[in-house]
Amino acid sequence: MSIFSDNWDLLRDAFLTTLSLAVVSGLVALVIGTVLAGMRVSPIAPLRWLATFYVEVFRNTPLTVVFFFFAFGIVFIDLQFPSRYITAVAALGLYTAAFVCEALRSGINAVPPGQAEAARAIGLTFGQTLRTVVFPQAFRTVVPPLGNVWIALAKNTSIAAGFAVTELTAALQRLTNVESTRLLMVFLAIVVAYLVITLPSALVIRLIERRVAILR
Amino acid sequence: MTSAVLFDVAGPRARRRQRIGTVLGGLIVLGLVGLALWRLGSNGQLAGERWAVLLDFNSGVPQALGNALVDTLQVAAVAMVAATLLGGILAAGRLSDHVWVRVPVTAVIEFFRAVPLLVLILFCLLYLPTIGVPITSFGALALGLTLYNMAVLAEIFRAGILSVDRGQREAAYAVGMRKTQVMVLILLPQAVRRMLPVLVAQLVVLLKDSSLGFIVGYLELLRTARGLVESFNLTFGNTYTFQLYVAAALIYIVVNLLLSWLARVLERRSRRDRRLAATEDVELPADVQMGGGGGPA
Repeated sequence: MSIFSDNWDLLRDAFLTTLSLAVVSGLVALVIGTVLAGMRVSPIAPLRWLATFYVEVFRNTPLTVVFFFFAFGIVFIDLQFPSRYITAVAALGLYTAAFVCEALRSGINAVPPGQAEAARAIGLTFGQTLRTVVFPQAFRTVVPPLGNVWIALAKNTSIAAGFAVTELTAALQRLTNVESTRLLMVFLAIVVAYLVITLPSALVIRLIERRVAILR
Repeated sequence: MTSAVLFDVAGPRARRRQRIGTVLGGLIVLGLVGLALWRLGSNGQLAGERWAVLLDFNSGVPQALGNALVDTLQVAAVAMVAATLLGGILAAGRLSDHVWVRVPVTAVIEFFRAVPLLVLILFCLLYLPTIGVPITSFGALALGLTLYNMAVLAEIFRAGILSVDRGQREAAYAVGMRKTQVMVLILLPQAVRRMLPVLVAQLVVLLKDSSLGFIVGYLELLRTARGLVESFNLTFGNTYTFQLYVAAALIYIVVNLLLSWLARVLERRSRRDRRLAATEDVELPADVQMGGGGGPA
């Protein structure tokens, strides 16, 4: 296990970068995705169109292309992210938001129509219906799919390596040069580092799922 | 639940409010788009001759982008075929009655789903040569995509096979078929037909992931555009950079949109098919659609 002790600083920093990338862009994605999901079921048609357009574009664009544009493309409309880290957060967050929206929408669709009808019947407005009746139930049924989106996001942070953010996969590329005699150990170390994020997440998701499940 | 349940049919005042909101929102969106176009225009990025290079055969750009598209589709096609075959075998193994088959197969599926795709591709590219397996960037990309997608498809196939009505299997056993016959003659044909839209949707994900070739040095669309930009920069400076990047991205998006549309058409057709009646919606889960090694750990 000397691969860990020999490169402890690099691995630790890379691990923390990956983790913070995933957490920060996950929060960004959750906020934007929730708004998008609300827009997709809204009574105002243009809002629906806008959200659908957003989701369709990001769903059919490779994440690498999104990264690429944020890194090299937006300078042409005189925009520039202050750092590569923020570029990565923006790309990951905006990309993942489309999938958060999809997961939430499937959750909204799973709430029985009677709930929304009852909410309307007692006079709640659209915003109130969503906020107090539909979203609380939808969020519970989407704990597993949202959790899986989070895990996928944690793995997708690896693409930031191609755009000069020193996270785990970039550390991997650096280590393969330095430690060419212990390549297998290097790969193992990096895979373990990713699993340290994803496996506990999977466990926590299962716990939350059981906690908040609604019996129907 | 359709969204129509969520709100009442709007009355005259609500309709007026919505119209005002629509106009305001539309103005804001148009304003933002206009702002971006204005910035592009004032940087001279919208000039016709800058975009003409994309269709000018003398510059070699259309040929290069065309070749890149073919190369991208090639790697996706190879990986898709291999992943479908291996995924089918793994799915059968996962459903096996024998523990000594089921457990290792499950471990393989879970492992390849848990590792980020890029790490998998880098492993093929960097590690395999050191143990005497020569591999090109094409090979590494195709192998990495195959390994990840076979695991994902195995799970999709398994769900498909399990979703075939129990009566089908029981009837097949009742008329005296053996295990293999039941699987090959009864379950697989129905499962495959049901899984066809999902298979095409997974192809979209795979095609998206093939853009990881950009990072490992395979000449797919993005890397080709980057290469063109670098060679043009020597003679023309930054003149064509933005146009080439937009072209590469647009090709990806258009091809993927076409495939997504095909998946929807297939799904609608299979829903009309009486032999498949009463199947519930089959859709790729959101995390699998994300690509890049999505799917639960």
